[in-house]
Amino acid sequence: MLVDHFIADGWRVIGPRAANGAIVYEPLRSGADLPKGLIDDQQPGSYRLTDGNPNRWFDYVVGPQNWKKWLFPAKQKLWSAEKTTDGFTVTAHEESYPKTVLFGVRPCDLSAIEILDSVFDNGDFTDTAYRERRQKTFIVTVQCARAASTCFCTSMRTGPRAKRGFDLALTELGESRDNAFLVESGSPDGDNVLTALDCPAPEKQHHDAAEKATQNAINDQSCHMPDDIRHLLRDNPEHPQWDDVADRCLSCANCTLACPTCFCSDVEDINDLSGDHTERWRSWDSCFSGAFSYIHGGSVRRSTKSRYRQWMTHKLSSWHDQFGTSGCVGCGRCIAWCPVGIDITAEAAVFAKDEE
Amino acid sequence: MIPRRYRVVHVWPELDDVMSMELAPLDGPSPQFKPGQFNMIYPFGVGEAAISISGDMTDPGRLIHTTRAVGAVSSAITGLTKGDMVGIRGPFGSHWPIEDQTGREIVFVAGGLGLPPLRPAIYHALQNRKDYDGLTIIHGARSPDTLVYPEELTEWKSRFDTEVDVTVDHALPGWTGRVGVVTTCLDRALAGMDAVNVSAFVCGPEVMMRFSAQSLIAAGVPCDRIWVSMERNMKCAIGFCGHCQYGPDFVCRDGPVFRYDKIARRLGLKEI
Repeated sequence: MLVDHFIADGWRVIGPRAANGAIVYEPLRSGADLPKGLIDDQQPGSYRLTDGNPNRWFDYVVGPQNWKKWLFPAKQKLWSAEKTTDGFTVTAHEESYPKTVLFGVRPCDLSAIEILDSVFDNGDFTDTAYRERRQKTFIVTVQCARAASTCFCTSMRTGPRAKRGFDLALTELGESRDNAFLVESGSPDGDNVLTALDCPAPEKQHHDAAEKATQNAINDQSCHMPDDIRHLLRDNPEHPQWDDVADRCLSCANCTLACPTCFCSDVEDINDLSGDHTERWRSWDSCFSGAFSYIHGGSVRRSTKSRYRQWMTHKLSSWHDQFGTSGCVGCGRCIAWCPVGIDITAEAAVFAKDEE
Repeated sequence: MIPRRYRVVHVWPELDDVMSMELAPLDGPSPQFKPGQFNMIYPFGVGEAAISISGDMTDPGRLIHTTRAVGAVSSAITGLTKGDMVGIRGPFGSHWPIEDQTGREIVFVAGGLGLPPLRPAIYHALQNRKDYDGLTIIHGARSPDTLVYPEELTEWKSRFDTEVDVTVDHALPGWTGRVGVVTTCLDRALAGMDAVNVSAFVCGPEVMMRFSAQSLIAAGVPCDRIWVSMERNMKCAIGFCGHCQYGPDFVCRDGPVFRYDKIARRLGLKEI
């Protein structure tokens, strides 16, 4: 098994596991940790794991967590400072990130990692710790063979089949106990692993079966993002739909934490009791909090309406201006993990419909 | 994201809650800055605040900031005394393109503590006065005792080649100057100018910048010859934290100085 190959080779392998009724991305001890036979039922505001075909390894899609927590940790120390007799000294925090395999990254999440790359290497500044983590990361993608009802990767053009960005990509073929995987390499590092594994070369029937799996995941998708959402949102900051969604939105920030591309962060200075030692920590933040836009005199975005507008407009519209792509990859996490079941594609559809 | 250390070499009060300080670098020379840029200032153990640089850019070794005590960090900054150490990251952001406006009539409009971010550009215009057709500085404050840099305003006014117009929202006993919003002064000043040849730099509260820009445009100043400086919450100042987003722009990186026509539509939107 591929997972065991990496572990034996000294890699830390992060992959899907079942925990607390959900698929999470945590270190694997062996391939046996993979949540084989499970399937996820996702609806707006709902996520349930149930039993699926016991022979299938990867029939669930995306869980509530996402891979950014490994590449861009939810809390990270930036530096520490010590008081001295004439001031203070500052010491940069050196972290040790082991060489890591992200195993089972779905095509949408692979696109999300690509987006984070452009955020943390923005032309003017580079997050060197992020870059180092990326350089030490080997990505094994699993191509999707089914979709949840919340998935809309086809309309975001991020899936269900990844063509690049991975080191290795697996497609699960067949329904039986000894079902095969199509393994494709996407990088020189991937080539090396493929050579070491010494797999038999795929035949036409394998490629055909992979194609069928992809088609299945396309056919499963019922959610759709309007094509011109970028301009629709840019041109409608005062659309009445913002009031409508604000009446439902709890401003709870779940969508931003579940989102694989939301990158906003806060910094916090933590002192010890003596006041002589202090540390600066960076942690995930959300544009749905009141403190997020605080300047002297109060928050710029006081209303839920303005916060939802900021989040959705940034994600689907101004992200293009900032980074050249949409900030949405169509993973559907924000739909499933919204406690009131707000569906970003349904909200977008209102803007599109009113434009007609 | 690591601050460089500076020593506070001099502090002086400006207003009740406003203090200026001069910093000298300890970890290598102070980098060159442009007018309108800002630094992240770190008083030990408290946190960072974005504060504009308000000194002379031809003398970057004397790093000067003017700060109002508003929150925890800015209060710690105004409480600094000579000999204290602070951390600095920067300079960050876009700048007032004063050097590109040669041959034009320059108008500065500063509301309250909007004057310190403009002062490096004002210094440049004063030092290179012959490069410009005209120079007008308009400063509005709440009351006569909250005028910023009053001695310098008087000094600038005493030059024969510079117009300085000061106004307050509320007069106090003994005040013989103007009372009213800055746009009143601005409209009066613009009446005597060839508006097409005016380049304007506006800094102050958002509503003041919006109305000043409207006055400038109504008088005929080209919308691409007006610049304003925006303020938003900032944590990193390098485009990572996302807090300072203003529509598609990061105020830390794409701002704080924006050409008016690029953000005119947003300036009219609430809670953007």
